[in-house]
Amino acid sequence: MASDVTGIALQPTGRLTRITGIYRMLRRWPVIPVALLAVVLVAGITAPWIAPHDPERGLLPERHIPPFWYSDETATKTVVERMTIEGRAGQILLSKAQKQQPEAELGDEINVVTKVGGSSKFLLGTDHLGRDVLSRVIYGARISLLVALVTLGIGGTFGVLMGLIAGWYGGWVDEVLMRLVDIKLSIPLILIALVLVISLGQSLAIILAVLAIFIWPRFARQVRGEVLQLKNMDYVALAKVSGASTARILFIHIFPGTINTLIVVATLQVGIVILLESTLSFLGAGVPPPTPAWGSMVAEGRDKLAGGVWWSTSFPGLAIMFTVVSLNLLGDWLRDTLDPRLRQIV
Amino acid sequence: MQKYLARRLLLALVTLLAVSVVIFVLSRVSGDPRHIYLDDYSTQEDWDRMGAVLGLDKPYYQQYGIFIKDAVRGDFGRSVKEGRPVLDVIIERAPATLLLGFAAFLISLLVGVPLGIMSAVTRGTILDQFGKLVALIGQSAPPFWLGIMLMFLFAVWLRWTPPYGKEDWNSILLPAITLGWYYAAANLRLVRSAMLDVLDSEYIKLARAKGVSTNAVILKHAFRNALIPPLTFAGITLGALVTGSLVVETVFAWPGLGRLAIDALFAFDYPLLQGVVITFTLLYVTAAFVVDILYAYIDPRIRYA
Repeated sequence: MASDVTGIALQPTGRLTRITGIYRMLRRWPVIPVALLAVVLVAGITAPWIAPHDPERGLLPERHIPPFWYSDETATKTVVERMTIEGRAGQILLSKAQKQQPEAELGDEINVVTKVGGSSKFLLGTDHLGRDVLSRVIYGARISLLVALVTLGIGGTFGVLMGLIAGWYGGWVDEVLMRLVDIKLSIPLILIALVLVISLGQSLAIILAVLAIFIWPRFARQVRGEVLQLKNMDYVALAKVSGASTARILFIHIFPGTINTLIVVATLQVGIVILLESTLSFLGAGVPPPTPAWGSMVAEGRDKLAGGVWWSTSFPGLAIMFTVVSLNLLGDWLRDTLDPRLRQIV
Repeated sequence: MQKYLARRLLLALVTLLAVSVVIFVLSRVSGDPRHIYLDDYSTQEDWDRMGAVLGLDKPYYQQYGIFIKDAVRGDFGRSVKEGRPVLDVIIERAPATLLLGFAAFLISLLVGVPLGIMSAVTRGTILDQFGKLVALIGQSAPPFWLGIMLMFLFAVWLRWTPPYGKEDWNSILLPAITLGWYYAAANLRLVRSAMLDVLDSEYIKLARAKGVSTNAVILKHAFRNALIPPLTFAGITLGALVTGSLVVETVFAWPGLGRLAIDALFAFDYPLLQGVVITFTLLYVTAAFVVDILYAYIDPRIRYA
């Protein structure tokens, strides 16, 4: 390390440029968001291998254990046979005292653990049922990934198809589709989604369907706009003249031109979908328990917050926030890089 | 212009109709409503009489007709849980939601717009980064979690405000901030990008060149034009704030329509739920319609689009 110190002394600019270089790289490339998303992705895929505990099982005696950095709280108490009301803060029953120190006897003054601290067994503590918070957060990534993947697959594909058709054919087809989009944008969809889930039963499939309905219009509207521009291009006219079918023109000639826009929209929509899923889960109409979804974990832990148990609510919430922050940052970067015209659209 | 407005009005009506159909179908799919009203000791006559009263003996399309006819007159039936007309319950709860929505709306403007201007004017500095951070948190933090964290920090830990309910004047602060933050973030971004565009325009350069002070340039020349995007966004915000109240009212036990909807939902109180959903949709559609009018008024290009 000594050479490093002399290095600074001799070449202050070298170290500085390295730091500013890193800073510049971080500003230029979305390193941090991509790294965070990679963590979520890896955690979701490898959950069964990396999670230290079963996310759905816990032992009640192990409930509300704080994160690892908490140490045990201790107090000196007198061992008594029967506790008195006034002095109960400084007293401990013989049977309880002997659990901690087998040789304790009546009248002894002993040091007892009043609040169990954290341990390396449960790095982020346990929830109200004694389940490992870390394992549940890791498994929760799975749900969010699944939701993102499926809704994007279904809703995105449907939206793109609708956008292609509306943009290409125009006329009443366009009119009907775009009015559908308008309707979707002007109803309180979370509420409708809640009613749907409660009426049809709480299952993952229904939630995925609801979220897919949620996101297709944004894709449709964006793709339609692109198609309106692209369909007047010379190469499209040439393809038409050379006898290409409509399907071929749409998928081979026009669709590739929309991909840049699609990547941006998809990235930002994934963030929105993850937020929505967690909101539904929080309100009790999401992925049914005991499956660990981040939103329902926040909901389950919030009653215990006033008692100082902050970890079972905070960590899943942080997980949601960091995932969505990363998606937003990445989406912004992609938009600026791939398609600066989209800047107008929030 | 009139044709444009007529079309938007028609769309608003179609939207309402679509929602009413969805709600009606769902209420029938989820089972016979008589199961909620009648208990195990009811007789077959009770069952049939109830069916006749509720119109359940008629075909579905007629039932829907009755539902719409009653809904237009503001009659959504009786709440199962509360045992009184749904409309009464809604009217009783609506002021709390409107108050919360209005407070959050004020916050979104009073925080979002100045921070957006600051961010644009001080572009690239630490102040701009601060603005971006506020926007990023607002757009990425799940509102329910943000609410819980604010509650933990200010109500449980610092004890500055009551944790939940609606008693003192300061109990509205936390719910309003939670609800308003997201839209403050959106306003911030909108104002910032609009300001940056405007500040780059020819007429601002001219104003600067002829010696107008920086403050006057920002406030008089640039700000006015940068207000257009958030203004048009405002209508959407108002509508969406109403839905946001679902989450925030649940977190803070705020006695408004959002909580009413959630309670009705989990109590399977369908008449009440239908009433609340229709009310929310009405608010939403009205807000969207007002925005459309504003749009056309501000931006003439829209009228011909």
